Amino acid sequence: MNEDFEPKIVAFLCNWCAYMGADLAGTSRIQYPPNVRIIRMMCSGAVDPVYVIKPLLDGADGVLIGGCHPGDCHYQEGNYKARRRVAILKNILRKMGFDEERVWLRWISASEGQVFAETVTEMVEALKEKGPNPLRELWGT
Amino acid sequence: MKVQKFLEVKEGDTLATLRSFLQRLLEKEIVEALLVPLEAPSGDTVMPALVKEPAHLEKANPLAPVMPVNAARLVSSLTIGKPREKIGALLRSCEIRALIELVKLQQAHLENLMIIGIDCLGTYEVTDYAKLISEDRSPTMELVRGAKEGALSPHEGYQFRSACRICEYPIPQNAALTIGLLGVDGKMILIEAQEELAERLELIEGEAASREEAIKKLVEARIEERDRLFAQFRERVVDIPGLLAQFSTCIRCHNCTVACPICYCKECLFRTSTFEHESGRYLRWAQRKGAIQMPTDTLLFQLTRLNHMVTSCVGCGMCESACPSDIPLTTIFRAVGQEVQAMFDYLPGRSLEDELPLATFKEDELTELGGR
Repeated sequence: MNEDFEPKIVAFLCNWCAYMGADLAGTSRIQYPPNVRIIRMMCSGAVDPVYVIKPLLDGADGVLIGGCHPGDCHYQEGNYKARRRVAILKNILRKMGFDEERVWLRWISASEGQVFAETVTEMVEALKEKGPNPLRELWGT
Repeated sequence: MKVQKFLEVKEGDTLATLRSFLQRLLEKEIVEALLVPLEAPSGDTVMPALVKEPAHLEKANPLAPVMPVNAARLVSSLTIGKPREKIGALLRSCEIRALIELVKLQQAHLENLMIIGIDCLGTYEVTDYAKLISEDRSPTMELVRGAKEGALSPHEGYQFRSACRICEYPIPQNAALTIGLLGVDGKMILIEAQEELAERLELIEGEAASREEAIKKLVEARIEERDRLFAQFRERVVDIPGLLAQFSTCIRCHNCTVACPICYCKECLFRTSTFEHESGRYLRWAQRKGAIQMPTDTLLFQLTRLNHMVTSCVGCGMCESACPSDIPLTTIFRAVGQEVQAMFDYLPGRSLEDELPLATFKEDELTELGGR
């Protein structure tokens, strides 16, 4: 593992649960690594695959998609649909020779500031283990 | 109940017999217009045409092994505004399957539409078909002769389109009326329809004893070729260099999008100004990576299209035929699609009853995702 390597993570968090969880982590002063760039979405179900693929091709080391726990979606079923989309996306990435484990889907509720902080910590560790996204240095994308 | 009846082939001319049968559909007002491939004035291709006047069916050639367009797209145009007249659409299996997907995507309607399916004997690329005609070959009749045995070999020195070489569905499904040639004695043409409709068509009795066997033989050969291509694909695409190699020649011309019967968005993200960046951004990206490919976003386009389309891809291969850069899109979409579709036990075009995988969900599935 390269100790100097600091992975870059792009996170798409739903407005109602995961983003609120991240907010709570902040207001509660829970420490977590600063490697994550958060983009607020209205729903995890609104995360089109293109949003996930774009940062990966541009060299982001990981993409995190955060949504409400199953059954808790503000729009009833957006997170279930997100789950199918992510399952398909990961399958396609694997089939196309890209490391699908750089894409994480996590359910984080508005009260789970701790879970958000732990998720980011775990993800940073896992990505440090993997090393940089090879596409960061490649021009042919 | 569906019944199997027959048309007698007059004077050994299968095509003429079919033409007069199609004329009968219009004359008896079973349909009021017919979407069917007509031989183009140039004679070296066929194009789908919407026919009102039976005399124009003298040029109909639904057997021609060429497919300039997946006609499901045209049926979408014809039915999206709900036609007041009954339209018959003569389609191959992949066109019907694409149409079923379009109906589920709310891009086509089945009201006032009669789907007439025809056994597909395989298709050549448009340029190959034109070349065969210019060499005075008769690509249509060569294949019709082999149909009885299910032995559909392309003309020597030519190949069918790659999608056709690996197609397991030569027989149309979900059609109100099916025209069958495979495993049928050359003196007859099989017509499958509801009893009531069949009675109006003045058909004769007969039997197609070897049909199932002929279909089985053909499909088995196709599956063998398909699995060979899939295995090659899996060997080639195992890592990032393999991924880049698949799409390295893409120039993001969007021909695949235009040719795809199912890629229906009126305003595709990739055809908006989203990807027309100001020069400073290109330069900053080039600075960061050392170099960036121009045109940009080709791989993003391909992978996104794969994500958007693969659950509904019927494998008609029009994308690959339209690609100026010879990207093996048929194999990519079919190989990736096979696995993704299997995840949801979904076969595109199989049935209107199966819900689109991305439009539905189950609460208790994929539970390995989302948790810690």
